[in-house]
Amino acid sequence: MGAAIEVVDLQKNYGDQAAVAGISLTILRGEIFAILGPNGAGKTTTVEILEGFRKRDGGSVSVLGADPGALGVHGAAWRNRIGIVLQSTSDAAELTVAETIHHFSHYYTTPKDPESVIELVGLTEKRNARIRTLSGGQRRRLDVALGIIGSPELLFLDEPTTGFDPEARRAFWDLIRALKAEGTTILLTTHYLDEAEALADRVAVISAGQIVEIATPATLGGRHLAKATISWLEMGARQRLISENPTRDIIEIAARFNGNIPELTVTRPSLEDIYLTMIEGRG
Amino acid sequence: MNTLKLGVLRGNIEVKQFLRQWESVIFTLFFPVLLLFIFGSVFKNTIAPGVTFSQYFVAGMIASGLVNSGFQQLAINIPIERDNGALKRLRGTPISPIAFFIGKSILVFLSMIVQVIMLLTFGALFFHLNLPHSAALWLRFTWLVILGSACSTVLGIALAGIIKSGRSAPAVVTPLVIILQFISGVFFVFSSLPSWMQQFAALFPLKWLTQGMRSVFLPNNFALKEVAHSWEIGKIVLVLITWLVAGTFLAARSFKWSRQ
Repeated sequence: MGAAIEVVDLQKNYGDQAAVAGISLTILRGEIFAILGPNGAGKTTTVEILEGFRKRDGGSVSVLGADPGALGVHGAAWRNRIGIVLQSTSDAAELTVAETIHHFSHYYTTPKDPESVIELVGLTEKRNARIRTLSGGQRRRLDVALGIIGSPELLFLDEPTTGFDPEARRAFWDLIRALKAEGTTILLTTHYLDEAEALADRVAVISAGQIVEIATPATLGGRHLAKATISWLEMGARQRLISENPTRDIIEIAARFNGNIPELTVTRPSLEDIYLTMIEGRG
Repeated sequence: MNTLKLGVLRGNIEVKQFLRQWESVIFTLFFPVLLLFIFGSVFKNTIAPGVTFSQYFVAGMIASGLVNSGFQQLAINIPIERDNGALKRLRGTPISPIAFFIGKSILVFLSMIVQVIMLLTFGALFFHLNLPHSAALWLRFTWLVILGSACSTVLGIALAGIIKSGRSAPAVVTPLVIILQFISGVFFVFSSLPSWMQQFAALFPLKWLTQGMRSVFLPNNFALKEVAHSWEIGKIVLVLITWLVAGTFLAARSFKWSRQ
């Protein structure tokens, strides 16, 4: 497999403020890796250093085998292999969707077919619409189309589904899974914990410019070891039991109800619960 | 695809975007013609035997047209494109910066051609502008246009790099251009300006461009009415080339793909 991205002790300061204070991470080829963290945690700075938009102050970075801070004449060949979906943009307002996607396809040596990309992101009905007439979610899908038109080996997605309705978000997730199935490595930053859970193989939580933890969504913060909460209705009141062994406890409770426990739920902490605890612990 | 082909594709996209924005079409293409009509209709006095102010003014407006289509257009639009993410998006793709600038130059060149043709046509039809009557003068006109546009383009890119935001760009660039027009012999006869103002204006290329255009469109003996009693063609070339080189250097240093 090998690593698509390797970062060791990355540092970036703005004035005397440290935006990134020693981040190290490795992203494998073919992996979907999500970076989570509150605003100002250093997510965007880190990603923009990896994309080659910002210079770092310390540490070493390798993205597809090259240092994005020292590309020189190899910049074009390197950018031919990556796709970038930036945070909200408002450019090219007077061009149509199809014109823009076709135009960008000429920048790459092995582009995808523009028409199938338009279909893939669900903009077929809008293919001849001026970009300024698109809704926020449609614009975002155009951004994604421009990010993947060059058949990238590595795709950066910076808050890709902001402004999507739930249905569009599901469709987008399917698209990302399809790209992963083709072997694309994906680095995702998002504010939506359900999105990270649905898509990411691994997540990194960043706070105050440092990594709090890197794990799979299922095991982050010891989530898989966390106790379950059993909740049900008994004697006209909601009952709660924190349980290490919910199966055993539920069998016990069920015995009192002749088999059917009213309004039974068993929950473990969601990724969001775990995430918020991790962030609060450091705030 | 090679850089030149991509540059032409960029030019196509730039021109499309330009033509689809009515404000920019009117502001860049028609505004100079409108000014020509207003000034040309108001000031009909004769400033030398056989030379009216409107003829003098048309020559100056053609020089200004080069400033409009290059300097003014780029110094306003590049900061806007920096703010709305267009430049950053391009920077993240394999396209060469040279292709991007070829595209911009194509837009500048085409809007300049349209503007010059309109000014020549309206000037000749309504304001007694005499078109150059010798091949030598057409040749001079051609290199003045090319050198002037090139200067105007690189200086527009250079200024765009210093301007902080797209929103403030028109407020910085427009007054600068208008002041230059006032002191460089467009709205006033240059030789009638106070000498300190003449010397200040001589630092900038527009004064030399207007003088060059007068040498093309006014009778040859009008040279005696110029401040130096000559068209100073050699000096015009020297000043424009100096600004072109300095502007290219400044543009390369100041250009930024994103706001940071």
